[in-house]
Amino acid sequence: MSEQITGAESLIRSLEAAGVDTVFGIPGGAILPAYDPLMDSKTVRHILVRHEQAGGHAAEGYAYATGRVGVCMATSGPGATNLVTPIADAYMDSVPMVAITGQVSSASIGTDAFQEADIRGITMPITKHNYLVTDPAEIPRAVAEAFHIASTGRPGPVLVDVSKDAMQSMTTFEWPTSIDLPGYRPTTKPHVKQVREAAKLIVESRKPVLYIGGGVLKAHAAPELRQLAELSGIPIVTTLMARGAFPDSHPLHLGMPGMHGTVAAVGALQQSDLLIAIGTRFDDRVTGKLSSFAPHAKVIHADVDPAEIGKNRDVDIPIVGDAREVIVELIAALQAEAAAGNQGDYAGWWADLNRLREVYPLGYDTPSDGTVAPQYVIERLGKIAGPDALYVSGVGQHQMWAAQFIDYENPGTWINSGGLGTMGFSVPAAMGAKVGRPDATVWSIDGDGCFQMTNQELATCAINNIPIKVALINNGALGMVRQWQTLFYNERYSNTDLHSHTFPDFVKLAEAYGCVGLRVEDASDVDSTIEKAMSINDAPVVVDFRVHKDAMVWPMVAAGTSNSDIKVARDLAPKWDRED
Amino acid sequence: MTRHTLSVLVEDRPGVLARIAGLFSRRGFNIESLAVGPTEVDDVSRMTIVVNVDSLPLEQVTKQLNKLVEVLKIVELETDNSVHRELLLVKVRADVDTRSQVLEIATLFKAKTVDVAPDALTMEITGDAEKLEAFLRLVEPFGIRELAQSGMVALGRGSRSMTERSVRTAERSA
Repeated sequence: MSEQITGAESLIRSLEAAGVDTVFGIPGGAILPAYDPLMDSKTVRHILVRHEQAGGHAAEGYAYATGRVGVCMATSGPGATNLVTPIADAYMDSVPMVAITGQVSSASIGTDAFQEADIRGITMPITKHNYLVTDPAEIPRAVAEAFHIASTGRPGPVLVDVSKDAMQSMTTFEWPTSIDLPGYRPTTKPHVKQVREAAKLIVESRKPVLYIGGGVLKAHAAPELRQLAELSGIPIVTTLMARGAFPDSHPLHLGMPGMHGTVAAVGALQQSDLLIAIGTRFDDRVTGKLSSFAPHAKVIHADVDPAEIGKNRDVDIPIVGDAREVIVELIAALQAEAAAGNQGDYAGWWADLNRLREVYPLGYDTPSDGTVAPQYVIERLGKIAGPDALYVSGVGQHQMWAAQFIDYENPGTWINSGGLGTMGFSVPAAMGAKVGRPDATVWSIDGDGCFQMTNQELATCAINNIPIKVALINNGALGMVRQWQTLFYNERYSNTDLHSHTFPDFVKLAEAYGCVGLRVEDASDVDSTIEKAMSINDAPVVVDFRVHKDAMVWPMVAAGTSNSDIKVARDLAPKWDRED
Repeated sequence: MTRHTLSVLVEDRPGVLARIAGLFSRRGFNIESLAVGPTEVDDVSRMTIVVNVDSLPLEQVTKQLNKLVEVLKIVELETDNSVHRELLLVKVRADVDTRSQVLEIATLFKAKTVDVAPDALTMEITGDAEKLEAFLRLVEPFGIRELAQSGMVALGRGSRSMTERSVRTAERSA
C-alpha cells in the first residue's frame, strides 16, 4: 500500500516533481498547511516577499531570466487577489507562471467565510487555465497539468487554488507519468505548404520586413532568426517584447517599431510590401491606427496561437506553429527557392531604409539648465553594464528610453511589462531574475513613480542576498502621463507631480532597507557612480539619478493616429521621400 | 449581423459554463440562447449556443473558445444542414367558453396539454423558433399567463456524429 501523506505534503512533492527550485510567496491562514512541509523541502527554496503582487512579478522575472516556469504562492482572499495584477501581466505577455493559492475549506466555500475570494472565478479571464482542487487525490495531476499548460504552446499563467481541507486530509502521492488533455493540443509544427507559399512571396517581394515579436524569444529562436535574416538579407524590426531577439548592433536591424519606435523601423513597416510577422500580435502600440498600418503590405503571419492570426489584421499566409520551427522551415524553403534560382532583390529597399536610418537616428537633447538627461543615464548604463547584463524596467518614459538607448545583443537580457503596462513591475521582477540567474548583473531601471509601488522588496533582496541594482530615473513626476499632458492637455499637469526630488529621500530609504544608496545630480558623476554600483556585489544598490523633468520620449506616434504621422520631436515630422 | 448556432463539446467539469459564458461577454458578444446538457458520452457535455454576430468576429470567438482547455470541439451548425428545436411551456387563459378554441390551436400545432385548471391550460410544444412564434401569436389573444422557453438544441443532419473523434480522445484520457 502506498504511503499515506497529507495533501499539503503531496502539493510540495508535486512542486518538487515538477522541477521547481524557487517559490516566491507569503503564507497565511488557508495556505498554512503547505508551508509546513515546504520548510523541509530539500529542493524548493521559498523566498518570503513583502507583498503578493511582488511575489507574482518575481515569478515572472524568474521565468523571463531562466525560460522556465516561475512559481508564486499566496493564501486565500486578499493574498490571492493581490496576485491578480501579476497574473494579468503574465497573461498579456505570455509568461509561463504557476500560481498556487490556498482556499478556505471546501465546507466553507460559498459562505463568504473569512478571507474567502473566488479566485478561480476572478482569474478566469486572465489565466490560460485554472483549477480549484478540493480533493487531495487530485493535487498531483492538477499541478502536473498546470506546469504543462503554462509552459507549452503560447505560454501563460495557470492558477491552482487548493482548499485547506484538501491540504489537511490524508492521501497518497502519485506523479502522473503522462498528461492527456484532449482539449489542449497546441500546434507547434507548421504546415509545410504554407511555409513554401511564404517563401515564394518573400522572394517575389521588393520591400519585405521581418516583424519580430516576443514569441521568438519564448521559442528560444534567436539563433535561427539570425540565420534567416542573414540568409535573406531582409530588414528586421523587433517589438518591445522582442528586444534582444536580434542583436541591435547587426546592420540588418532597424530597431523597435511602434509608438516610440525608430523612424526607420516605423517607416519600414509603413512602406513595406510584405510583412513577415513572427511571434507577434499586431498590438495597437505597434500598428498605430490599424486601418492605416502598413497599407501596401501583404502579410505572412506565423504564431503558435491561432487566435492571434487575423485578429487585428487580415492575413495572406497564415502559419500556425512554434516560432523556432517556423523559422527553421522557412530557412529550408528559402534555400530551396535560392537553389531554383529565385532570390529576393532588396537593394532599392535598403537604399530607402538606410537613408531613414541615417537622417533620423535616435537622439535626445541635453538639458540647457545643467540637469541630467535621463536618456544619457540609460545610455551610459547600457554601455558600462554591457550586453551581458539583464535590464528590467518598469513602465513609462524610462521603459521606452531603456528600450531605445540600450543595445541588446542577447536574448533574455531585456525584461519588461509590455501588454499590461504594470507600474511597479521592475524591482520585484529584477529580484526574480537575479534569483534565476545569480551570476548575471541585474539592473532594475525604474521610475520614481513605479519604484514607490513595490520598493518594499528591497528588504527581501537585502535579507536573502539578492544583490540587484536599481537605476532610479527620478524626474519627480509620473513622466509619461506628464508628457501626454504636455502634448495633449495644454500643459495642465493634473496630479502628476510626485515631488520625489523632496520626498522620500531615496538614498536614506535604500539604506533603511539594508541597501547601498547613491545619488547623482550632475552628468559628470554618471559614469563613476554606475561603476561604483557595478563594484558592489554584496548588497543591493539604489542609485537616485535626479534627472530633467521635461524630457520627452521621441519619436512618438500619438495614440489613435497613423504610424505615417510619427513625430521625431514636437511638431517635427520626418520626410519620407528623398529630397533629390 | 446574422444568427449563428455553435455546437460545442466540453468536458463536464465545474466552472466550464462560467468560462464559456465569460468569454462571450468579455469579447462583447451577446448570447441569444444557450442550452447545456449531457451527450451519449460520459463526462462530455454539449452546449448549443446561438449568437447574433458578423462572421469575422465569430471566427475570433470560435478560436478563443478553442483555446479553453475544457473545450473539445466546436462546429457551426448551418440551418440547412441541421435540426433545431426549442421547448416551450405556456399557460394560456381558457375557461369553459374558450377552452375548445385553444385546444383546437393546440391540436393544429401538435402541442400537448400538460395541465388543466378551471381558467387556464398549460401546454407543451416543441419546434423551431418560427413554429413556436406562430403558436404564440395564435394563443396570445386568449391571454398568456406565463411562459417558459428552453434554449435551442440542435444536431447536424445525416449519419455523422460530432462526438466521434473527440469522444475517443476524451475516453482515452479518462
